[in-house]
Amino acid sequence: MGTTAFQKIYTKIDQITKATCSLRATGVGNEEMATVNNRLAQVVKIQGDLVTLQIFSGTEGIPTNAEVVFLGHAPQLMVGEELCGRFFNAYGQAIDGGPEVDGQLVEIGGPSVNPVRRKQPSELIATGIAGIDLNNTLVTGQKIPFFADPDQPYNEVMAMVALRAKADKIILGGMGITNDDYLFFKNTFENAGAIDRIISFVNTTEDAPVERLLVPDMALTTAEYFAAKHQDVLVLLTDMTLYADALSIVSNRMDQIPSKDSMPGSLYSDLAKLYEKAVQFPDGGSITIIAVTTLSGGDITHAIPDNTGYITEGQLFLRKDTDIGKVIIDPFRSLSRLKQLVIGKKTREDHPQVMNTAIRLYADAANAKTKIENGFDLTDYDKRTIDFAKEYSEKLLAIDINIEIDTMIDTGWFLFNKYFSDAETGIKSELIEKYGKRKSN
Amino acid sequence: MSTKGKVVGIISNLVTVAVDGPVMQNEICYINMSDVKLMAEIIRIGENNAYIQVFESTRGLKIGTKVEFTGHMLEATLGPGILSKNFDGLQHDLDKMEGVFLKKGDYTPALEDDKLWEFTPLAKVGDEVLPGSWLGEVKENWIQHKIMVPFSFSGTFIVKEVSAKGEYKINDTIAVITSENGDERKVSMVQKWPVKIPIKAYKEKPRPFNFMETGIRVIDSLNPIVEGGTGFIPGPFGTGKTVLQHSLSKQAEADMIIVAACGERANEVVEIFAEFPEIDDPRTGRKLMERTTIIANTSNMPVAAREASVYTAMTIAEYYRSMGLKILLLADSTSRWAQALREMSNRMEELPGPDAFPMDLPAIISNFYARAGYVSLNNGVSGSVTFIGTVSPAGGNLKEPVTEATKKAARCFYALSQNRADRKRYPAIDAVDSYSKYIEYPEFIKYMKENISTDWVDNILLAKNILIRGHEAYEQINILGDDGVPIEYHQIFWKSEIIDFVILQQDAFDKVDASTPIERQRYMMNKVLGVYKMQFEFDSFEEVNPYYKRIINVFKQMNYSEFHSDKFKKFEDELQILIKERAVVEELINKTY
Ligand SMILES: Nc1ncnc2c1ncn2[C@@H]1O[C@H](COP(=O)(O)OP(=O)(O)OP(=O)(O)O)[C@@H](O)[C@H]1O
Ligand SMILES: [Mg+2]
Repeated sequence: MGTTAFQKIYTKIDQITKATCSLRATGVGNEEMATVNNRLAQVVKIQGDLVTLQIFSGTEGIPTNAEVVFLGHAPQLMVGEELCGRFFNAYGQAIDGGPEVDGQLVEIGGPSVNPVRRKQPSELIATGIAGIDLNNTLVTGQKIPFFADPDQPYNEVMAMVALRAKADKIILGGMGITNDDYLFFKNTFENAGAIDRIISFVNTTEDAPVERLLVPDMALTTAEYFAAKHQDVLVLLTDMTLYADALSIVSNRMDQIPSKDSMPGSLYSDLAKLYEKAVQFPDGGSITIIAVTTLSGGDITHAIPDNTGYITEGQLFLRKDTDIGKVIIDPFRSLSRLKQLVIGKKTREDHPQVMNTAIRLYADAANAKTKIENGFDLTDYDKRTIDFAKEYSEKLLAIDINIEIDTMIDTGWFLFNKYFSDAETGIKSELIEKYGKRKSN
Repeated sequence: MSTKGKVVGIISNLVTVAVDGPVMQNEICYINMSDVKLMAEIIRIGENNAYIQVFESTRGLKIGTKVEFTGHMLEATLGPGILSKNFDGLQHDLDKMEGVFLKKGDYTPALEDDKLWEFTPLAKVGDEVLPGSWLGEVKENWIQHKIMVPFSFSGTFIVKEVSAKGEYKINDTIAVITSENGDERKVSMVQKWPVKIPIKAYKEKPRPFNFMETGIRVIDSLNPIVEGGTGFIPGPFGTGKTVLQHSLSKQAEADMIIVAACGERANEVVEIFAEFPEIDDPRTGRKLMERTTIIANTSNMPVAAREASVYTAMTIAEYYRSMGLKILLLADSTSRWAQALREMSNRMEELPGPDAFPMDLPAIISNFYARAGYVSLNNGVSGSVTFIGTVSPAGGNLKEPVTEATKKAARCFYALSQNRADRKRYPAIDAVDSYSKYIEYPEFIKYMKENISTDWVDNILLAKNILIRGHEAYEQINILGDDGVPIEYHQIFWKSEIIDFVILQQDAFDKVDASTPIERQRYMMNKVLGVYKMQFEFDSFEEVNPYYKRIINVFKQMNYSEFHSDKFKKFEDELQILIKERAVVEELINKTY
């Protein structure tokens, strides 16, 4: 990032805080990039000729006579086919020892798609995991996070989903992930022989937290480049909670009034701008976003998961089921809002009712368990629901399942027939006639 | 000479401008960047500076950039051509914009200047007219779009000329009217109105009382809304606010539907774009899109325009109301608009109220809801704007400022419950917590008695009572155990479950179940209450659950069947047999059926 001939160099900084510095300068554009003693920075405020810069890697050791150079453009990324198979940091600089990328320079965080130009998502993404395909079916162009406590295997599940989804490109945006996680992704993708269709932007725990703020835009700008070439792109963002934490660090250092859970008041808009990049383009090409939002103690009312839930098209909730000793996709708190675009349409017509009925019966089992906890006797029905719930969990909810969607639906019918009467399931009679009498498994 | 200014400060989309002349609060201005003009609104004035919120990203904006002030506030353009359009929050036509991505400063006109409309005069030369009086009409889709004396005129006028029947463009003069002091004013088919100011060209605004059918059972049969009424739908994420609003927009009995997508997902608006042009509207025999206008400011569109979007939508609603039409305005979600206000207020370093929202948030919300209503126009015709907004409470907690402020302003409360949504009991409206204040209005009770059924409101009270008692019985069973309570408790609980499964729950994605006409609702409610009033015999509590499950199942099959079809009748007969199995008093059966 060398200086070009006409760039003016400033060497007098008036004020330095933990994250920002301010100096007198003119002709500067809002959100323009700059370097301060070679550290990358961005204009966040201009008051007359006083310009405030946010220095991504922090202001430690920045002297008042540091060299400040304005670069004349907003944050940019070099995009092109050469990105494939490569690993970059939050600034889009290679970290895998490979050569510099050639291509075209584009601004990151570009404009939004005109809503009337979007196409309604309609292509199912099959993952083989019944907790997803049967209960929370994913669709291209969707945006959906995993909600998981930090000890859940969310990165593993996400990598598995990514590899099974038939995406043309997979783009990983890693924010505050550990070096071990970074290596996990690298190895998993390499072992799957998929590395040529994967591009990664990674900010690890060793990097400055504020740098993370660039990662999603880098990943999504890359996604837009490939989606414009009619490719189906899957973007993985992990961990968005750490991204939001970085937002709160910045707003706090800039003395903004915090709202709930010391998050900035603009958290909803900040997150929505990223997630809304998920899109199905009218003439082919799509961007699907699967993210991770880690929770603390399963609390989804915290501002980060709460705002995320209001933005994304559902969420996949990971929970350890103590009955079967496995991690499952919790059918109660998980949801895919786009599922109705495909279930019963791209899948068998009995899919929606089988899905809903199974979940309702699973809920009855939860009630029965409460009865046990309260020391009451169980009715015959209660006992059957409990047995059903265990088998349902084992055969369908566990994340280690890998079967076809029709098999999932048939398994549902098998379990209904095994434990319940038709009246107890309450399914439309035509569907029972047509599909329910078949015995599978 | 209009006022000019220069940019002197930039923090995100709050820009400070030094001005050289008079400016007014909420005045619109344009920032002249080298390649584009950015639209902005004055939100505070101090010393020689105007503080403006820019309706676009300010990336690349520099100090010293010139600003032009327009002398007017944010205005809606009102005239034929609004129906079926997709606008952004500032009423720019989204379909006219080029390219897949939105471009900064691409401000497309709301209406078409060169389109010809078939005009028929309604007023005659010599007529006395007021602002809002109908001078003529054009046919817009299926609506008789009235051409009115502009709302911005004041006083009474005499019609001097009216154009003859024929084809005209919106800017053509279609009438000349003379004021009391002899000034002549030309009137065209298009007028402008500042969106933040209510249109009050009507004679009076009585309490609303005309029932508005929605086809949603938990609303019509338990918490009915009226034409010109207000309601709100709070609920944690994923509990069904948007699905409910979409159902309302498809089914509600209104002449025109305005959907303001305010800071929510783009894919949800796409669903309307994709489906509405295909779905038939039984009322008009045309496509749903023909009675719909969409204002889309989705969450990735400029935040400052979110606030404007709901006002733009309301102004369009009031305009069509002045034509004597029934308008349903839906906004999803009003919380996003409140958040936009919060972002701006924080940037201006105003003293924050609860949860950092601006202090005057409750006043802003109640003023907005007050613009809805049922009105009698000066010519005696009535029109209405019914407004239903969603609220997205932070953390799902209803004790937060936006929900609390809205609760004071809206008359119907449709609370979505997380618990019901988790158990897939859709729509997840908690029928006991929710309410409609209208059922307390004597004029509404009278209306229902005369037009729908004599016992509609009584049945609402009864059904709610059954639900409350069912809930209490359920709690007792949970505390004392299945066999620790009399069998009667199980029956009370299961009778409330019948109402829950048969009346409250409704599958928005099932062709038949999605919409229930009022006649069918009446029929089903009577049927369910008939079963409620019966006595059934059981030897042990273990028999109660399976029996009622069978009853519920048959009822559900009825809900899935075409009303009065053979299939429906078959299930009805099945129900009859099922009831005879255990009913105690034979005459009761014969009486109800
Ligand atoms: N009446 C219904 N029938 C069947 N399913 C429903 C119904 N209402 C809601 N759902 C289910 O719940 C999901 C979420 O509903 P919806 O998108 O309306 O929630 P929301 O309250 O608007 O959430 P958010 O606040 O995040 O926008 C839907 O995608 C659908 O699967
Ligand atoms: Mg919604």
